[in-house]
Amino acid sequence: MRELPLLEGTVRQLDYWWTLYLRTWRGGVVSSFLTPLFYVVAIGVLLGGFIEGDPAQLNGASSYLLFVVPGLVASQTMNTAIGEVTYPVMGLIKWHRGYYAMLATPLAPIHLVAGTLMFTLFRVASTTAVFLLVLAPFGLFATWWGAVLTFLVQLLLGMAFATVIFAFSARVRTDEAYGVLFRLVVFPLFLFSGAFFPIDNLGPVLSWAARLTPLWHGVDLSRMLMVNVIDWRLALVHVAVLTVLMAAGWFLSVRALTERLAQ
Amino acid sequence: MVNEASGESVELMISARGLTKTFGEVEAVRGIDVDVRRAEAFGFLGPNGAGKSSTMRMIAAVSPPTGGTLEIFGLDPTAHGAGIRARLGVCPQQDSLDTELNVFDNLYIYGRYFGIPRADVKARAHELLEFVQLTDKADSRIDSLSGGMKRRLTIARSLINSPDLLLLDEPTTGLDPQARHVVWDRLFRLKQQGVTLVLTTHYMDEAEQLCDRLVVMDKGRIVAEGSPLALIAEHSTREVAELRFGVGEHEGTAARVSDLGERVEVLPDRLLVYAEDGEEVVTKVHERGLSPVATLVRRSTLEDVFLRLTGRTLVD
Ligand SMILES: Nc1ncnc2c1ncn2[C@@H]1O[C@H](COP(=O)(O)OP(=O)(O)OP(=O)(O)O)[C@@H](O)[C@H]1O
Ligand SMILES: [Mg+2]
Repeated sequence: MRELPLLEGTVRQLDYWWTLYLRTWRGGVVSSFLTPLFYVVAIGVLLGGFIEGDPAQLNGASSYLLFVVPGLVASQTMNTAIGEVTYPVMGLIKWHRGYYAMLATPLAPIHLVAGTLMFTLFRVASTTAVFLLVLAPFGLFATWWGAVLTFLVQLLLGMAFATVIFAFSARVRTDEAYGVLFRLVVFPLFLFSGAFFPIDNLGPVLSWAARLTPLWHGVDLSRMLMVNVIDWRLALVHVAVLTVLMAAGWFLSVRALTERLAQ
Repeated sequence: MVNEASGESVELMISARGLTKTFGEVEAVRGIDVDVRRAEAFGFLGPNGAGKSSTMRMIAAVSPPTGGTLEIFGLDPTAHGAGIRARLGVCPQQDSLDTELNVFDNLYIYGRYFGIPRADVKARAHELLEFVQLTDKADSRIDSLSGGMKRRLTIARSLINSPDLLLLDEPTTGLDPQARHVVWDRLFRLKQQGVTLVLTTHYMDEAEQLCDRLVVMDKGRIVAEGSPLALIAEHSTREVAELRFGVGEHEGTAARVSDLGERVEVLPDRLLVYAEDGEEVVTKVHERGLSPVATLVRRSTLEDVFLRLTGRTLVD
């Protein structure tokens, strides 16, 4: 039985996260907005100009720019979400110990997980919204509802990553683990999950490995929606996989943080 | 709970019976009984590792007891943790101020965790900054505060919800004497306002200054309980003569002065002779032809009580 309702306990942290955001958002503007835009220009427009696009080979996209942009959108979602649940969470656990301060109040670990994820969702939503708005004038959306659904997919994708990596953060002892995470997991996902080339190019074995990665589900789903070549059954599989990941990550996170903060 | 002497009802803020806490192999708290009444200032005095913080965390309803019973405000902390914590103020041993926020915001966001309405928290935060004399630091970064200021801010933060019970784990450890006195003064005012204080310390002067009643803890157990004066009266003499001899001479000299007081303690750097009249001891020491390098006569303190009970000094 929980004494303080989940929603109430989460809402009580709004002021904390909002105050923190107001004090730190400037530092994040470059990485969360300009960087993906640089990728779009450099890889989508300038490099893409050399690539002859056969829509059949580009998952239905009529140009390399159209192919790569959904991949960049989904990758940015992954990076934003992971960014919020790595170093900041370690700080809350062991550097400035903000979680311990919260635990001295009526809040419990489950509220802390929910509060941190709520803020992560806000960060994913705001960076994605800006990114999509900037892309809009380039005529990169086949339909308006495709754009809206792409936005919603980023929320789901972001939460799938955030919950799973939060559980990781609550388990690891030092931030060296993040070096390994970024080099061996995040960066390979970014390169090989179908953002830059169709995963069929990887050959039969590796392309199946790519299909098992969460980012591929997000990339493929975003691409279907943006170029409006939709395999609804596959789309449903994508949503189901991401939802299951998110739910599993939530339970793992609550358990991991509860154990980690046990005194 | 009924007070047998007066028959009137006494409200117990904390009641522990046979309370234990173990971490794996380590038995941090080994069965303690504690009662703390409303408006009392209660202390846990003990050396490093005595189990003070472990006890405080159980009382703060963040660390489930391993064994025994514990009631805070008459409630079981494992079942009513949030309700109990809503009425507690906690000043932990290790600072947990948010270094990314300024002084005022640290108070503000903390008050919001209790569900206090925004306008009320703001007013309360300003009041508390005034109370701990940090008003002019409201916009400062946490990193720019001295140790004493951080401690005062943590105390202010612990008061944001106007707690019925304030828990202070080593409120002045690491502070210089000046800063300690400022903190003591603020705690003394709270006590006068009727706030129930529970504090841990390994400074006997802090315990003497602030506590109506205290327990002496050692290795997870309570070895004595009472008011500072009663403990001194019970376990020590009125005065102590401290005799300093040359290096290595203390063991040998102890036998020659042992009849001058009720008790003699040998420390590495001095002899302590416990007696009602310390000056008389010093005079007789000189009469016996002994010539200590230095002598000092003082009143007994809780330090002496601790030494008597455990054979060790409090601060090593
Ligand atoms: N979380 C923990 N995990 C393992 N052992 C612990 C933990 N907390 C405390 N201990 C052990 O329990 C014993 C009592 O520690 P505690 O912190 O309660 O003592 P203390 O009286 O507060 O000491 P100090 O004056 O150093 O703060 C020590 O041996 C300590 O190492
Ligand atoms: Mg301690």
